[in-house]
Amino acid sequence: MEKLIEEFSIGLFFWQTVIFVILIFLLKKVAWRPILKAVNDREQGIKDALQSAELAKKEMESLKADNDKIMKQARIERDTLLKEARGIKNSIVSQAKDEAKAEAQKIIENANESIKNEKNAAVSEIKKQVATLSIDIAEKILKEKLSDDDKQMQIVEELLKDVKLK
Amino acid sequence: MFLCSVYTVHSKPNYTELNEEKDVSETIKKYIKHHLKDTHGFYLTSFTNNKNKKIYIELPLPVIIYDNGFKFWMSPKLKHGKEVINHNGDYYRLYYETNTIYKTNAQGDFIFNENGKINNIKPIDFSITKNVLTIIIVSLLMLFLFGSLAKSYSKNNGVAKGIGRFFEPIILYIRDDIAIPNIGVKKYKNYMSFLLTVFFFVWFLNMLGLTPLGVNVTGNIAVTFSLALLTFLITNLTANKNYWGHIFWMPGIPVLIRIVLAPIEFLGVFIKPFSLLIRLYANIQAGHIVLYSLIGLMFIFKAWIGSSLSFLLAFFIAIIEILVALLQAYIFTMLSALYFGFAVEDHSEAH
Repeated sequence: MEKLIEEFSIGLFFWQTVIFVILIFLLKKVAWRPILKAVNDREQGIKDALQSAELAKKEMESLKADNDKIMKQARIERDTLLKEARGIKNSIVSQAKDEAKAEAQKIIENANESIKNEKNAAVSEIKKQVATLSIDIAEKILKEKLSDDDKQMQIVEELLKDVKLK
Repeated sequence: MFLCSVYTVHSKPNYTELNEEKDVSETIKKYIKHHLKDTHGFYLTSFTNNKNKKIYIELPLPVIIYDNGFKFWMSPKLKHGKEVINHNGDYYRLYYETNTIYKTNAQGDFIFNENGKINNIKPIDFSITKNVLTIIIVSLLMLFLFGSLAKSYSKNNGVAKGIGRFFEPIILYIRDDIAIPNIGVKKYKNYMSFLLTVFFFVWFLNMLGLTPLGVNVTGNIAVTFSLALLTFLITNLTANKNYWGHIFWMPGIPVLIRIVLAPIEFLGVFIKPFSLLIRLYANIQAGHIVLYSLIGLMFIFKAWIGSSLSFLLAFFIAIIEILVALLQAYIFTMLSALYFGFAVEDHSEAH
């Protein structure tokens, strides 16, 4: 201890203290403050950049989710539209079918009717013609049979034979 | 080298200086002892020429002493204590063993008392000694290094360039692993300038001490005392109520123990910085002694095996000393930050 005190130099202590205190203040002004500020700024910058990247990522994700949602909605809408369209188509087709059937039925009915009428007409004509023909034939036969008196007599006789007095 | 002065001194057998008849180990002891001390000139080398004259090569430094007013001359005038200086009728002489300037009579006699101490008047020595010059050089180096680092940020868009770049991670380490954990995020900024300055100052000086320049600044008690005093002053001048409360009236324990604890805690206020100054001083001093002794061993052995072994040992110790240089700077900074942390700790949340 005594040796330490003996070694102690007031002049060196004085210079060391003065120079060191000046050095602290000079370095604070010239170096430490700007260095720490620059480092802090840089760290803040990195932090901010990371944060904004994170934000952008989140935004992207939400955008994607939105997109997905919209897509899903669109798909649903499309499906319903398709469904509706299919329904409409079906109903139109069936309606058309029904209508066509009805029309066809009508046409057939009409045809039947006209066929019937034609037939009736044809039948009555035939009947008429048959009547005329049979009359003609009968006339001719009669003419033939009644060409002479003998024959006439014969017929009369025959007829008379048939006709029995009752 | 043009700054260096070359001068000769006649070797007189009576002086305690290096002498051929003396034991080599005794000489080495003297050399080490002398090396550990501060000197008035930046002594580079010396040799004895063929006319048995000792030739010294040293960088002259100003000697300033206060003895009824400031007195000034250049260091070569001291002639390593071999001659008396006549300064306007006052006589001064350097006592080489302790590198101290005493006021003497015209013959330059030292008056020893019964304990072997010198009774002469000791004027206050404000000389720009080797250590002061080294401190100035390191200060300028730091200003240049960190000033250019600071400038490189603004020049390169916030990215460090140049030599300073090497120190940026260390600055960040001191901020993130020394200042913030010990002092707290809120208040660490007030102490950063001191912590950074003290760390690099001590580190650079420790490293310079390992160069062949042979300076021993941080192994000087006046320097470490000054550094520790600043830590002490900053701790106690910035301390909050809690700090003093914890020293004189420790909360949360019985009154009797509080009374016993108060003087112990109060002593701690001084012991803490005192341990700082002794630790740095002793570590650097011891490192220098060990290293120089091992180098000296080579000359004592003067044999192939012994000398080469002590060379190897010295080499390894030198490498360890490089580690110690950094470690002691770290410990000083770390403990200073710890003490600042005690001073500004906010106990209201803890209890």
